Amino acid sequence: MISEAGLARFAREVAKYPADQKQSAVMACLAVVQQELGHVGVESEKLVADYLGMAPIAVHEVTTFYNMYNQRPLGKYKLNVCTNLPCQLRDGTKALRHLEHKLGITMGQTTADGMFTLQQSECLGACADAPVLLVNDRTMCSFMGNEKLDQLVDGLMAAGVAP
Amino acid sequence: MMASQILAQFQATGVETCFHDRHISPQIYAGLDGSNWRLKDYQARGGYAALRKMLAADGAPGLTPDQVIATVKESALRGRGGAGFPTGLKWSFMPRQFPGQKYLVCNSDEGEPGTCKDRDILQFNPHIVIEGMVIAAYAMGISVGYNYIHGEIFKTYDRFEEALEEARAAGLLGDAILGSAFNFQLHAVHGFGAYICGEETALLESLEGKKGQPRFKPPFPASFGMYGKPTTINNTETFAAVPWIIRNGGAAYLACGKPNNGGTKIYSVSGDVEKPGNYEVPMGTPFARLLEIAGGVRSGRQLKAVIPGGSSAPILPAAVMMDCTMDYDSIAKAGSMLGSGAVIVLDDSRCMVKSLQRLSYFYMHESCGQCTPCREGTGWLSRMVDRVENGQGRASDMDLLNSVADNIQGRTICALGDAAAMPVRAMIKHFRHEFEYHVEHKICMVPAYV
Repeated sequence: MISEAGLARFAREVAKYPADQKQSAVMACLAVVQQELGHVGVESEKLVADYLGMAPIAVHEVTTFYNMYNQRPLGKYKLNVCTNLPCQLRDGTKALRHLEHKLGITMGQTTADGMFTLQQSECLGACADAPVLLVNDRTMCSFMGNEKLDQLVDGLMAAGVAP
Repeated sequence: MMASQILAQFQATGVETCFHDRHISPQIYAGLDGSNWRLKDYQARGGYAALRKMLAADGAPGLTPDQVIATVKESALRGRGGAGFPTGLKWSFMPRQFPGQKYLVCNSDEGEPGTCKDRDILQFNPHIVIEGMVIAAYAMGISVGYNYIHGEIFKTYDRFEEALEEARAAGLLGDAILGSAFNFQLHAVHGFGAYICGEETALLESLEGKKGQPRFKPPFPASFGMYGKPTTINNTETFAAVPWIIRNGGAAYLACGKPNNGGTKIYSVSGDVEKPGNYEVPMGTPFARLLEIAGGVRSGRQLKAVIPGGSSAPILPAAVMMDCTMDYDSIAKAGSMLGSGAVIVLDDSRCMVKSLQRLSYFYMHESCGQCTPCREGTGWLSRMVDRVENGQGRASDMDLLNSVADNIQGRTICALGDAAAMPVRAMIKHFRHEFEYHVEHKICMVPAYV
């Protein structure tokens, strides 16, 4: 279920568009869903479809087209490491390998304790900050050499369940 | 510590990329320090003076929409998103007497690998984009606009929303702007991870709440854009250039650059340089000078090649690049394109096959799947470059790569097909011997490159 605050954010997004074009808010509403629930499932798509007056399949098309929507539950922290060429030239791939080694998983997998999902990502738009990674869609971490990657992972582990 | 506190430690401050004092005569990044992005700071830098001048809020007679467009035409401002189309001319295409709604869209979906300039504009100087958009809207008689921001830079989206609130509260946005009869509503919108949405018609589809699959052109957005209404789309940096032009005049802006290439341009310099970052310099600045202010090639190595305009731009060997000046015409003459101004520098330790392998994978990943030559061709290219890199290439692969690239380029609805084909052709044209070495010896010429 989406919280009252989440529904208020839906309304705020819908208000940006003409009254007969509520569908324009679909990406923002799905992002709100993902922030609250961690992923976008079929029930959530149905909820957003009803809210915006869309066919559920039209919402599903959006969820499946855009890279950042999680179509299944992931770890508590989704780490997206950019390995595109500008980052590759500045140790982006090394950062991904280091995290694989540290977390004991390969990219695309989630740690057994459900804390981390590690993914390779395409250009995050922070090429001069390489190596970069995006945590849970909203927080970009820059200049992530191995030492800082260790600090990040160890810090988040220590923070435990607190969001 | 809380998780949010931990994450906060690793966020970029902009010191390295933007506040380094190595810009040359900056206009958009001038005077920024990371904390002075708010309305009062922007106004202290002369912000919104252009809007006041245009709307006669400063006691002067004001400017008509035609005068604004004429000034932008005179400035020789060209679109900063990649195509380099003359901005004033684009604005003049909008129907003047259209009876229905028209829309203005800012393309901040900055996803071209190598490009990170618009992020710093929006993060550290958001009001310059708002002011530029209000001026553009007035010039074209538009009352509603959207700024579509790259989904991966969410903090920047939040920042822009905050700046919009400030502008609305100060009467600089909304109804009866600065007491005039002009109304303009502007909203922030975010993407959620799709390179293709940087293509203007894909962006429009996305704004309408659909998959970002590009539309056929014509009709162009000026006649059939958002919701089928006349729409003008410009890049973030293009809008950010406008206030300076209105304040100082088109001739003054043109004089900052070189003929047909007015003003300053922000280059995102990445890869093998000592100081990667954004550098705002006058159009026509020699590449050698840009490389110098970015600290030169990393670790004292030699320059091997440069991708001068984002990952889609054909790569140029060092010797060609060192003779170029950084402007649309010089880079085009050298056989590449200025594109978004993303300068990806490769030193002499880099394998060109491995570099192309990553780019070709990217285009395969981001093809929207609509056109067969691109959907199938990008995968074919990627798999072939992969096998050459992995020592399984065949002597005929270079010609086959060129053939597949030829059959993608120019045969798709949008430019993503061209963007996938051009790097392949240029890499083979300039560095064919490296591909042949891979095929013959089944190993890389420069194996140290990870």
